[in-house]
Amino acid sequence: MSVAIEDYVGKRWRKPHFISNPILRWSLIIITIIYLILAIGSLEVRWERVYLGLERGWRFIVGFSQPDFTSRWSDIYEGMVESVIITVTSTIVGIAISIPVALGAASNIAPLPVYLVCRTIISVSRALNEIIVAILLVAIFGFGPLAGFLTLSFATIGFLAKLLAEDIEDMNKSQAEAVRSTGASWLQWVNFGVQPQVMPRLIGLSIYRLDINFRESAVLGLVGAGGIGATLNTAFDRYEFDTVAAILIMIIATVMVLEFLSGFIRAKVQ
Amino acid sequence: MPSKINAKNVKTWQVRDRNGQLLRWALWMGAAIIFYISWMKISDQTTWYFFFDAPRIAADIGGRAFPPRWEYVFSLGKPIWDTFNIATLGTMIALTIAVPVAFLAARNTSPKLPLPRVIAALIPGFIRKFILINTGEDVYSVGVVRPLALLIIVSTRSINSLIWALLLVSIVGPGVFAGLLAISIRSIGFCAKLLYEAIEEINENQVEAIKATGASGWQVMIFGIVPQILPAFAGIAVFRWDINIRESTVLGLVGAGGIGLQLQGSLNTLAWPQVSLILGVILVAVIIGEFISAKVRAAII
Repeated sequence: MSVAIEDYVGKRWRKPHFISNPILRWSLIIITIIYLILAIGSLEVRWERVYLGLERGWRFIVGFSQPDFTSRWSDIYEGMVESVIITVTSTIVGIAISIPVALGAASNIAPLPVYLVCRTIISVSRALNEIIVAILLVAIFGFGPLAGFLTLSFATIGFLAKLLAEDIEDMNKSQAEAVRSTGASWLQWVNFGVQPQVMPRLIGLSIYRLDINFRESAVLGLVGAGGIGATLNTAFDRYEFDTVAAILIMIIATVMVLEFLSGFIRAKVQ
Repeated sequence: MPSKINAKNVKTWQVRDRNGQLLRWALWMGAAIIFYISWMKISDQTTWYFFFDAPRIAADIGGRAFPPRWEYVFSLGKPIWDTFNIATLGTMIALTIAVPVAFLAARNTSPKLPLPRVIAALIPGFIRKFILINTGEDVYSVGVVRPLALLIIVSTRSINSLIWALLLVSIVGPGVFAGLLAISIRSIGFCAKLLYEAIEEINENQVEAIKATGASGWQVMIFGIVPQILPAFAGIAVFRWDINIRESTVLGLVGAGGIGLQLQGSLNTLAWPQVSLILGVILVAVIIGEFISAKVRAAII
């Protein structure tokens, strides 16, 4: 040890700093403070408007204690069914497309040109926000659930293919090699050497994505891409907070059921 | 070993036995039927003429959108600054609230504050049995703090930030402030969930060692628990900041400030050259955000 213990005897111990270099530490602190001053200074909060709105906020909270399911029930029902339909179809189509893309994006399976093409597809899909894609698709395909379905299918590809490709890259080589050594064709190799290794993860990810797609489908309606979001938006515009509460409760309940299911199934397959 | 007898009367290997195969087949069939029904519903609500017309429309919009109106970028400075602030300040506020919530939600740090007997006595028998089966605890000893913290996490997390923004715009009025609050609230549940999972996974030996020196409860937390979760905390902060940059770019669509406001305005006036420029700027911002977060995370881990 380079530091003699005598140096420490009789002195109070002090917690070492998180960033040991004092110049870096102090400059980071100063930059943060300057940023905070500038950022908070550029916020324009109109407190009298906030004060006026508090009454609405209170009505919203009260709305949760007596949610109104009945007066707009047919709208809520149609919106929920549409959201569920968009979720189911887009997840299925998204999975079906992301499996080949994931195979192509795994560097230990795919040749370099295929790898690059598939990785490009994944990064484009991940970089674009769902809402922005939905706006563009609504402009192109018109209002309705088709635009929502296409948006979420596209978003599913980026998410699922990336994580699945990473899992394929991490797989156990010897198992795949063993199948190949029996003289299996490429398809047989993928089906018996690779697929069993990544299947638990694929199932887990798919159900997780189903969960995400449902949450997203709840907001796609705000830009006209179908689902419960349109109903929600209308209810907000009319300040019908009891209906809003009813819709939000249904969304939260569905998300919780899906989350519970996905936890259950993931625990089962892994 | 599952096998079947083929046409030449020879046993051959197959992956699953008959029941397994039937089950799989039924599952696939069920999925196909659900998909078909759902697809017909979508198809009914689609004007297929528009669908087949789409390539022409897309080409038309594309033609209008290019070249982007480059000089418009100079009037985007303030919206970008707002967007950046919404994401950064929102993450900071969320983290300040998420840390106590996470400590209250983690099994090993949550204070054991039992339900008052009067209230516990009101809980009906079947719920009591349900809690007993699921948590192994009687209602008289089950804590109230942890369920409350979990409720905060679940309710803030399951609602998308755009919906929070809609709500807050109608409460505090349109503007950056509504967006900031929406991002903060949405991030609380996300950060607190990841953080409390990290707290539950800490090494108890270190906590035990600090306790053995006679440290108080707070000292145990600061010197035994916090150093262990600090890397996870930093990772979560940067991860959420990255997500918030993405989300804050679209908050303006519902009037909650940031660059989305300009996007909405340009879309409404069909100013496609401005739309393409804004989308380009958003894409660049998202890529820079992801780059920074990847660098920081690589430095931490």
